[in-house]
Amino acid sequence: MSVLAAEVSREVALGLHRQMLAIRRFEERVYTLYLEGEIPGTLHQCQGQEAVAAGVCANLAKTDWITSTHRPHGHALAKGVSMRSAMAELYGKVTGCCRGKGGSMHLGDPAVGMLPAIAIVGGGNTVVTGLGLSFKLRKTGQVAVCFFGEGASNEGAFHEGLNFAAVKQLPIVFVCENNLYGASTSFDQVSLVPNVADRASAYGVEASTADGMDALAVYDAARVAIDKARSGRGPILLECKTYRFIGHSRGDARGYRSKAEEAEWLAKDPIPRIERDIVRMGLGTEADIDELRRSVEDELEDAILFSRESPLPQVSDAMEDVYA
Amino acid sequence: MPSVAPTERKISIAEALREGIAEEMRRDPSVFLIGEDIGVPGGFGGAFGVYLGLPEEFGRERIIDTPISEKAIAGAALGAALMGMRPIADMQYSDFLFECMDEMVNQAAKMRYMSGGKLKAPMVMRAPVGATQRGAQHGQCPESYFCHVPGIKVVCVSDAYHAKGLIKSAVRDDNPVLVFEHKMLYGSKGRQMAGGMDLTCHVPAEEYTFPIGKAVVKRQGADLTIVATHICLYRALAAAEALAADGIDCEIIDPLTLVPLDTETIWTSVRKTGRLMIVHEDTLTGGWGAEIAALAAEHCIYSLKGPIKRVAAMDAPVPCSPILEEAVIPSQARIAAAIRDQMNQ
Repeated sequence: MSVLAAEVSREVALGLHRQMLAIRRFEERVYTLYLEGEIPGTLHQCQGQEAVAAGVCANLAKTDWITSTHRPHGHALAKGVSMRSAMAELYGKVTGCCRGKGGSMHLGDPAVGMLPAIAIVGGGNTVVTGLGLSFKLRKTGQVAVCFFGEGASNEGAFHEGLNFAAVKQLPIVFVCENNLYGASTSFDQVSLVPNVADRASAYGVEASTADGMDALAVYDAARVAIDKARSGRGPILLECKTYRFIGHSRGDARGYRSKAEEAEWLAKDPIPRIERDIVRMGLGTEADIDELRRSVEDELEDAILFSRESPLPQVSDAMEDVYA
Repeated sequence: MPSVAPTERKISIAEALREGIAEEMRRDPSVFLIGEDIGVPGGFGGAFGVYLGLPEEFGRERIIDTPISEKAIAGAALGAALMGMRPIADMQYSDFLFECMDEMVNQAAKMRYMSGGKLKAPMVMRAPVGATQRGAQHGQCPESYFCHVPGIKVVCVSDAYHAKGLIKSAVRDDNPVLVFEHKMLYGSKGRQMAGGMDLTCHVPAEEYTFPIGKAVVKRQGADLTIVATHICLYRALAAAEALAADGIDCEIIDPLTLVPLDTETIWTSVRKTGRLMIVHEDTLTGGWGAEIAALAAEHCIYSLKGPIKRVAAMDAPVPCSPILEEAVIPSQARIAAAIRDQMNQ
C-alpha cells in the first residue's frame, strides 16, 4: 500500500484507475490495429508506465501545459486529449488532434494544454522553459510539466533547460520517466549516476523520486512538486522509476532484457496494484472497478468506430499550415 | 529608398534596429528580448550594441539575459511564442545558430504544422553574419541552411531604412523569422569594407513597417541584373558605379527577404536585362544563389542572353588572415571582373 495514500479520496483513486486503464486498453487495441494494418507508421507505446502520466496529470488544471516525447499516447490521454481525436490521429484522419499531420509521435492539442509531442529526445526540455517563462512574465499562475525519459538526461538540452529554468526560477516540473532503457541501452551503461534526480543538485534544483509503478505515490509526489512550482519557488525535478512492458518501438524483441527482470516488473503492474489499493482502502468496490472497465471499453470502441468512419485529409492539406 | 533632403535624419542600421525594437516593445507588452549579454548593467548591449539604452527604458524583466545556452535561448523563445508572446531572440554570432539547430529546425519551424495549424510561433531570431577577420567560427553567413527549412522566414537587412521596417514586420509576423544582419554594416566602421559607401540613410522617426517578402531595386540599369545582399550589395553597387563609365549599366536588386522570395521583382528585371548574377557572402555550393539561379532557369530562360553567374564565398571555411579572407569573400574587384566577364558572353 502507498505510504501517503491515506490522503487520497475515492474520486482521485477511481480517477487514476480509470485513466490508467484507458491508457492501457488504448495501447493494447492500438497495437492490434497496427498489426492488422489499420494504423500506419510506427508505435512507441507506454504499457507499464501509465501511473506516471495519470498521477502527474491528475494534479494539473486544463490551463496548465505539458510537453511530451516520442512515447506520448499516455500523456495525451491523461492531459485530456479525447480518445477519439487521439485514435483518429493515429489513423491519419483529419479528425485527429493534429488533423493527421502529427501522428503517433506528435500527439497533442493546445485546447487541453499539450504541445504537439516532441519526438527528438530532450527536445521538450528547452521548449518547456519558454512556457514557464511566459507564465512567469504574465503572472498567470500556470505550471508547465516536461515529461522526458532518463535517456534525455544525457542530451545537452536537458542541462541547458534545467539550468535556465533554475536561474530564472520558472514554474516548471521536469518529470523524468526512468524506464531504465533508452531504446536498447540500459541507463547504467550510459550514466555513472544511477538516479536522474541526482543530476538536479548540480543546478541548484530540488528533486524527488517516486515509485512510478504506484499511481497513488506518483500522485502525491507530483502534487507536492506542482504546488512548489506554482508557488513561484522555481522548478523541480521529479523522477519516477518505471518500466515499459513492451519494446521500445514496434518490432523490438527485447533481447537486451532478461525474462526475470521483466517478470519482476510485471509483478508491479500499476493497474492491479491500484485496484487492490482501492478495495483494501475502502475507496471503491469490485463493482465500481467493473463499471470503470465497461466504460473504458465503450469509449475505446467509440473511438475506433469514429476513427474508421472519419474522412482522410485532402491531399491539398499537405501544403496548409506550413506558415501562419 | 527616399532621397535624402538636408533636414532628413540619417542613422545607422544598429540605431534603426534599436528604434524599431523599442517601438515594438512600447506598442506590444508581449514583445521581449532574450539572449546573452543583452541587458547586463555595464555590459555592451548585445554583441554589437544594438540594445544599448533599452534596459533603462524597459527594465530587465523584458530584456532577459541568459546563460551561454543557445538551445535554451531558442527553446525559451519558441515556447513563449507558442504561448502567445512575441520574443526577439538574439544570437551573438550567426555561427552559434548551429548550437540550436534542433530548436530552430525540428521545433520552431514545425510546431504549427505538427499541430495541424492550431499553434503559431511568432518569434524573431536576430543573427549577425559576415567575415570580419575573426576566422572560421565567427564569420559565416549561414542563411542558406535556413532557406531550406519550410516554416521559417529568412530576412537579410542591408540598410537602416529597411532594417527598421523589417524588424517591426518580423516582430508582428506569426511565424519564426530569422533576421540576418551583417556585422560590417551596423555602423560606420564597415564603410571602407563596403566600397566607401555611406552606411547610414534616412530613417523616418515615426512608425512604419516594410513588408517581409518584398525586394527593392537599389539601382536601375539595362544590361545586367545583380541580386545581392548585405556587404556584397554595397560592393556590387560600387562595382556598378565604376563600370558605368565603361558603358555597362547594371540593375541591382536587394531581395531583403530570401524566404519568401520576391520573384516578381527579380523576374521583371531579368526579362528586361536578359542577364542575371547573384552575389552573396554565403558559400557557393548549395547557397541561396543556386536556388535563385534554378528558379530563373525555370521561369526566365528564354529571356536570358547568356549563362547565369554566381559570385559567392569560395567553398572553404573563412580564413582569418586578411589576405586570405579577402580572397575567399567576394570583393568589389571580383564582382567587377565577373560583371565584365558576363557582359562579354
